[in-house]
Amino acid sequence: MLARTREPLTFYRTPLPGVDISELQGKLIVIEGPDAVGRSTQVRKLKTWLEQLGHAVLDTGMARSALAGKGIRQAKQGNTLGPVTMTLYYLTDFADRLENEIIPALRAGFVVLMDRYIFSIMARAIARGESRAWIERTTGFALVPHLVLYLRADVKHLISRVVVGRGAFDYWESGLDLGFGRDMYDSFVRYQARLIRVFNSLSTPYGFEVVDAGRPAEEVFEALQAAISGCFTPQAVGTSARPIARGKRTNSRPNGVRPFVPQSSLPALK
Amino acid sequence: MPQFLAKRFNGRLIVVEGIDGSGKSTQISLLSQWLRLRGYAVAFSEWNSSPLVRETTRRGKRKEMFTPTTFSLIHATDFADRLERYILPLLKAGAVVCADRYAYTAFARDAVRGVDPAWVRNLYRFAIKPNLAFYFKVPLEVALGRILGGRNALKYYEAGMDLGLSRNIEESFRIFQGRILVQYEAMIEEMGFHVIDATKSIEKQQREMRRIVVREFGRTRPPEILGMEGMIARANA
Repeated sequence: MLARTREPLTFYRTPLPGVDISELQGKLIVIEGPDAVGRSTQVRKLKTWLEQLGHAVLDTGMARSALAGKGIRQAKQGNTLGPVTMTLYYLTDFADRLENEIIPALRAGFVVLMDRYIFSIMARAIARGESRAWIERTTGFALVPHLVLYLRADVKHLISRVVVGRGAFDYWESGLDLGFGRDMYDSFVRYQARLIRVFNSLSTPYGFEVVDAGRPAEEVFEALQAAISGCFTPQAVGTSARPIARGKRTNSRPNGVRPFVPQSSLPALK
Repeated sequence: MPQFLAKRFNGRLIVVEGIDGSGKSTQISLLSQWLRLRGYAVAFSEWNSSPLVRETTRRGKRKEMFTPTTFSLIHATDFADRLERYILPLLKAGAVVCADRYAYTAFARDAVRGVDPAWVRNLYRFAIKPNLAFYFKVPLEVALGRILGGRNALKYYEAGMDLGLSRNIEESFRIFQGRILVQYEAMIEEMGFHVIDATKSIEKQQREMRRIVVREFGRTRPPEILGMEGMIARANA
């Protein structure tokens, strides 16, 4: 629900040392969901759309930190990355981006568009048998986003996207380190089903806005646009003269959901 | 809630803690040699030594990229890698694993860097509770004398320069170590450290450690602990 978006930003549990959250002016928008659900494509399109509306956008995703990105990519080449190690390596990467990219961008009034957030790290850890209480506390220094858009799809949909889009199954996306199945397909099915169950279980406590990703990409995009529009005051979006976006927003918003009007918003283009 | 996983293994985990210059590395090295002589299969693991994260740590230090949080997390990643790939399997196999520094080092250092102490303790909850944790208690000036007297130049993070305590690296190191010492002292009771008086002679300290090990393990090697008839586990770098 749009009303779940928050203003101003807060930390989930443990404030980061040295961060004054009252300075954070921007919007933090997260796109989450399992592997191959189409997140990256949507993030790319959303970035273009938001920039056309006049918002400065920072888009970032897993393993892209200056500190740990390279190390994670190298570690994944081997087959010796344990579940706790993987969780903490990704969390190091996340923390580096949070402190050095995301928070400065929010301070400067950017829209930060995140391809995955702590929820993917949590889901992977929980799917590998790590304690939920442990990972929830460990990720507690993350900021509560204004909006978490959860792209939900069933495993069958993911499989068709992998086969058609990529042509091959990936070792980590198949959860092969878990020793589930005899081959990548069996393992992928079991692992992704487990991930989806974990994502679903996080949905209510973390206030995910669920977006049905089993539809054509264009429809998914429109649903995402509609939800994101709710993050901004109508003027901020409206002045940019994009009637298509406004029209779509009205059409796809469920009945009875009022647009969220934050106390402050990004400056609109004149 | 207990700090660590209370799992039982055939092997034994012995850790040493203390500020820089407390002499703990010398002592754990002597102890592991003695254990080998007594027929134990002994392995050794050092803080911040995982090959998996080495490059990342090096990059972060060289470019001074770390914040207290990322510094804490990369060390936890390093620790997790050594635990999952090395310490845990060896303990299952029945080896005596000697660790030069353990999670307590993170508890002390990260707290000094301003990281929330409860968060750091939760971070390491996946760790295994040591069978023996030795703490080398030493007055700050004695430890500083050992470090500042002989060894080569102090390094940026080791001296806590990231905290902006002083522009002078030696002065920064003094203040930083002093604060870490306070953290260690506060943990003695909570974590059940065996306190070794590190102002005594090396031989006296070693005798005390060996006495405690015999008290814990017994005079002869318990059957579940792996003996030297197997292979000696090699140090992981």
